[in-house]
Amino acid sequence: MPDSTQNPAAIADTEFQAPEAPRRTRLQEAWEELRRNGLALSGMVVFVAFFLVAVSGLALTSGVDPLLDPAQIRLQEKLRSPLSMPNTELLSPEETPALGIYLLGTDDLGRDVFARMLQGSWVSLTVGFVAVGISVLLGILMGGVAGYFGDLSIRSDHILAAFIALAGVVIAAAGSPAIGAALLAAGTAWIALTSRGKRPAALGGVSVDTLIMRFVDIMLCFPSFFLILTVVALLPASIYNIMIVIGLTSWMGAARFVRAEFLSLREQDFVTAARALGVSDWRIIFRHMIPNAVAPVLVSATIGIATAILTEAGLSFLGFGVPPPHATWGNILSDGKRFIFDAPWLTFVPGIAILIVVLSFNLFGEGLRDVLNPKLRER
Amino acid sequence: MVSFIGRSVIQKAVTLFFVSVLSFLIIHLAPGEPSQVDPLNPKFTPEMVERFRKAFHLDKPLHVQYAFFYRNLLTGDLVSWKDNQPVLIKIWERFLNSLPLFIVGTLITWTLSFPVGIRSAIRRGGLYDRTATLLAYLLISIPGFFFAYILIILVVSRFQVPVIGMETFGLADASTIRMLMDRVWHLLLPSVLGATGGIAVLSRYVRSQMLEVEGQDYIRTARAKGLPEEQVHYRHALRNALLPFVTMFGLILPGLIGGSVIIESIFSWPGMGRMAYEAILARDYPIILTVNFISAVLVLAGTFLSDLLYMVVDPRIRL
Repeated sequence: MPDSTQNPAAIADTEFQAPEAPRRTRLQEAWEELRRNGLALSGMVVFVAFFLVAVSGLALTSGVDPLLDPAQIRLQEKLRSPLSMPNTELLSPEETPALGIYLLGTDDLGRDVFARMLQGSWVSLTVGFVAVGISVLLGILMGGVAGYFGDLSIRSDHILAAFIALAGVVIAAAGSPAIGAALLAAGTAWIALTSRGKRPAALGGVSVDTLIMRFVDIMLCFPSFFLILTVVALLPASIYNIMIVIGLTSWMGAARFVRAEFLSLREQDFVTAARALGVSDWRIIFRHMIPNAVAPVLVSATIGIATAILTEAGLSFLGFGVPPPHATWGNILSDGKRFIFDAPWLTFVPGIAILIVVLSFNLFGEGLRDVLNPKLRER
Repeated sequence: MVSFIGRSVIQKAVTLFFVSVLSFLIIHLAPGEPSQVDPLNPKFTPEMVERFRKAFHLDKPLHVQYAFFYRNLLTGDLVSWKDNQPVLIKIWERFLNSLPLFIVGTLITWTLSFPVGIRSAIRRGGLYDRTATLLAYLLISIPGFFFAYILIILVVSRFQVPVIGMETFGLADASTIRMLMDRVWHLLLPSVLGATGGIAVLSRYVRSQMLEVEGQDYIRTARAKGLPEEQVHYRHALRNALLPFVTMFGLILPGLIGGSVIIESIFSWPGMGRMAYEAILARDYPIILTVNFISAVLVLAGTFLSDLLYMVVDPRIRL
């Protein structure tokens, strides 16, 4: 409508026709696309169902007097097969399961596997989401800074000073706080004092991008499962350590994606326009660039949740998982392996549960990739 | 080319240095000390602990320990804290045990994934493609240890062959054929398990590469001049689709070491993964750090090799 833009006064009088371009929102379009992809859709259904199960599992099995008690030991009822009825003559009333049936059988201590699986589903869910949350945040931060501020250079004396400060922290943690604090203070003071005023180019420097991406390279050199295993084994056993360690060792992929996206977005017209309008750097990053760069991160995050659940199960299996009174799918399975011939359900129930959940996350993630990236669609 | 190699080598050396520093810090800053592993053992008198700390330089500051450690590693004097064996010899023995697993696993992965991937790309959207896709996702998603137990039950109850360990105990005077078959059975399950994830990922990758090439203009040209389908797929498309896989020869190098902690401990296979696991349990820092160091070297050497191979194979890339 060139004439109406040329004559702003006419706009008020003319009644606008509905704009011709997108009749459907992006969400509707994505939904249409997803509906055509059967595997991805079933993945999403399981995803949602798993979420509901985990939340209801938390509600039913936690608290002082839970409805389904995953820790209730009934030695007279051990290794009962799935769908068997509890023997009410042998059990006191408070020991009988609330459902009146062992849906998934009992384990070697007579604990209800169904209740333990419910409790474990919440653990798997939180491990997956928290670990991936950490890795995605770190990845976006590192990748974003590398992609957006990549051209800035850091003076090499500042890098040296930062190393001195870091060494100070390390030494302070290692046992001599006085020397450590002195080094830390010296390093930060040097940076603070010399960063005012103009940067002397003569000292030379390294660009932010190089620094961050070399760090990514360094992190990629570690064999990831082995590193996680080492750190988890050295730290005191706790579920939070596992989440944090998995998160801290898996952000490199997201950082690379975000950096690549930012490098291309940075040159595009809408960013130049925003900058010309005087929008601040951080607002450009958060308001304009991240929404455009987040699609591949979302995909890798979905698949990352699956990987984190598998990693937790693997750690529990090796005995480094969540400490015993708490049930997780990994440690139900690893406890059950001793009874694999007498009580196969102790292996198969958690194994198949992990398989289904991980599979659904993987399928949903791959489906998302197709949905969010129009270039991959079949025409 | 020469300048690329030079730059790359320097860069990798710097990376390796930082990896060594970082892994050293991670290990030594973690709470607990190796000299306190067993405080209730009456043999561990304070004098013993002191002597132990002195013998392994644990009483020195961290940077001195670091220097001692890597000097010993490079001269081959490094000994395990657990049994005073030289670390490199220990790792070498275990490495020889892991090697057959790795080779057989890699062979299975590569010989299976290419036909599967190529066929699903050619029959895109068909029944074969969809089945292969679903199977690939299943293989990625199944927890390795769960799959291992299913396979063990299957093999043990169906074929009545023992599969745990490297060979059956007490078969020393059996015939050569028996012993050979025994070794093959013991090798088969762990290597199949090690290959499952690889097959799934690689076959999907082959498929997507193949699909990408099939959409190129020169494939349309080949069809347009009336070449038979066979020739279009295998002579024109496949050759170009194979390019990125040449570089993957470099990237499988790290698999030599980081591979299979879980699988080796299920099958009590005395390989590297299991040694690393035992070292972690015993807080045997020299072994943990050396395994970590070697695997970092392999990762760096692998990427370097794949860059070089790419340059040799693909004339479009000239640095």
